[in-house]
Amino acid sequence: MALDAFAPWEDPKAEPVIHFQNVTKRFGEFTAIDDLTIDIYEKEFFALLGPSGCGKTTLMRMLAGFETPTEGTILLQGQNIAPIPPNKRAVNMMFQSYALFPHLSIWENIAFGLKRDGMSKPDINDRVDEMLRLTRLEQFARRKPHQISGGQRQRVALARSLAKHPKLLLLDEPLGALDKKLRQETQFELMDIQEKTDTTFVIVTHDQEEAMTVASRVAVMDHGKIIQVSTPDAIYETPNSTYVADFIGDVNLIEGKAAAKDGDKLHIAWAEGQPEIIGTPATEFSNGQTVHFAIRPEKVSISAEKPETANALKGKIMDIAYLGNISTYHVELPGGQIIKAQTANNRRLSRRTFTWEDDVWLSFTDTAGVLLER
Amino acid sequence: MRRFSLFNATSLTLGFAFLYIPMIILVVYSFNKSKLVTVWAGFSTKWYGELIRNDIFLDAAWVTFKVAVMSSTLATVLGTMAAIVLVRAGRFHGRTLFSGMIYAPLVMPEVITGLSLLLLFIGIGMDRGVLTIVLAHTTFSMCYVSVVVSSRLVSFDQSLEEAALDLGCSPFQAFRLVTLPIIAPAVISGWLLAFTLSLDDLVIASFTSGPSATTLPMKIWSSVRLGVSPEINALSTLMIGVVAAGVITASLISKRTAVRQQREERAAERTEAA
Repeated sequence: MALDAFAPWEDPKAEPVIHFQNVTKRFGEFTAIDDLTIDIYEKEFFALLGPSGCGKTTLMRMLAGFETPTEGTILLQGQNIAPIPPNKRAVNMMFQSYALFPHLSIWENIAFGLKRDGMSKPDINDRVDEMLRLTRLEQFARRKPHQISGGQRQRVALARSLAKHPKLLLLDEPLGALDKKLRQETQFELMDIQEKTDTTFVIVTHDQEEAMTVASRVAVMDHGKIIQVSTPDAIYETPNSTYVADFIGDVNLIEGKAAAKDGDKLHIAWAEGQPEIIGTPATEFSNGQTVHFAIRPEKVSISAEKPETANALKGKIMDIAYLGNISTYHVELPGGQIIKAQTANNRRLSRRTFTWEDDVWLSFTDTAGVLLER
Repeated sequence: MRRFSLFNATSLTLGFAFLYIPMIILVVYSFNKSKLVTVWAGFSTKWYGELIRNDIFLDAAWVTFKVAVMSSTLATVLGTMAAIVLVRAGRFHGRTLFSGMIYAPLVMPEVITGLSLLLLFIGIGMDRGVLTIVLAHTTFSMCYVSVVVSSRLVSFDQSLEEAALDLGCSPFQAFRLVTLPIIAPAVISGWLLAFTLSLDDLVIASFTSGPSATTLPMKIWSSVRLGVSPEINALSTLMIGVVAAGVITASLISKRTAVRQQREERAAERTEAA
């Protein structure tokens, strides 16, 4: 994290490219975006992540100009964009369906926006050739969109939306239609192209892995509100709520009450007859307050003998999910709570230590989990 | 492949016989040498020759053609506009009523359409002639066009138009450069449909025409009342040909593009898999 010098959101003097100020969007009775304020900086790869219906697409369509905010303002480089129609905005969008013009060749698709700008013929030729090179589509220039494969279509859509040098490129589920392998390759390609073109990218996705891979910052949304905005690692390691912890990756959630403070540590009473969990709170908890203890499965170790760690819980293995590279053990504690523990399979399967019905110890350090208020 | 059962074969034959025997008789007798329609006296094309020299029929044909071109063009413009509004406008109060009203003329008895148009033209004091027939034909054929075009628009990906706007088109440019070329096959088949409907209309044309304008179907109808002549058979055969060509072209245009597109899409997927 410290290696990444690109963090304009931490610089108080940095001017955002996009500034949402208390933006609300209603469709009749339904509130799609609820009093939202957010800044997006130049050259960022910003991901809007959330379940379907959380308002992420509406947010993007407001940037493109297909929807106008009911309340609040959106500034693009300090200018209010509400009165500017989509065809006059320095913003381009890559559509989920790609929306390639089926009656035009790949070359004409990419040139479409440039022609509308009244660019001269030689300039258009140069620019289209440049985009074809960037997206490795040179040999398909004369084909029609239905004569190329899905992955190639995706690249045409990208080339077309980048051709006009937009200040901001919007990508609506850009990789949703590709199969898994192609999607992973394309994610790195997208990052590469974003770096080469120095454009600000805003991507909408419901795929958390995709958001984590490509984005410089991720905004997790739910019901028209942004729950947390942060770098992918911060979102994963220090979620601000059980919603985010649960939405991103796998997590064990244990609800308890703050029992006693011990320096910077907090003891959490969570079940009769079980030892208290010791954690390191980031915020103040008063005595007796409800605490949600969230811990990632890979931070829980599993062993046969009781280990010397701050937290050790005894349980029985109920289920083993073997995923090849890792195994997830579902361990039931005496109170009935199931805790997931993950181990890397760096040994061959035949020499595995634990099996079903084994009594095991689960252990984790006092800094491994996150203590959340809600 | 499944074989036809006797029952299937019989019903198919009967069905087609029912549909086409009258027309086949008409076509065959148009090549009859005899002047008597019901007596076969050998093959001849002389009635086609007579037809070409008959100025009255040629005039009527010219009127029919003019009316068909004008009314189908007008109906295509209006019908396409109506289809776009009805498909795109989203939900508004009375939407179902409006789309129902577009389709109502499809089932309206022609006599009623003709009569009401006649009353309208008399009411506003409009002299009946080519213009009134054009207006009348436009009225009843635009709903056919709008049915054809709106069925295409329903499957039209709206984001194509948004993409055009996003890339700098004004809404009108987006329509002209993106929407219209894509829905063109439907618009063309709508035009051809309207054209053939106008060609063979008798009832509405009879109500709305004046002494100065007689269409071909009207001419045929009035001469048949004086007795069927082989010349009429020849004329009718030609009309069947024109109408059939129009309908077949219309359906081929829409089918061909779809088939070719599917084939090329499959080819593209194969190259990706390879």
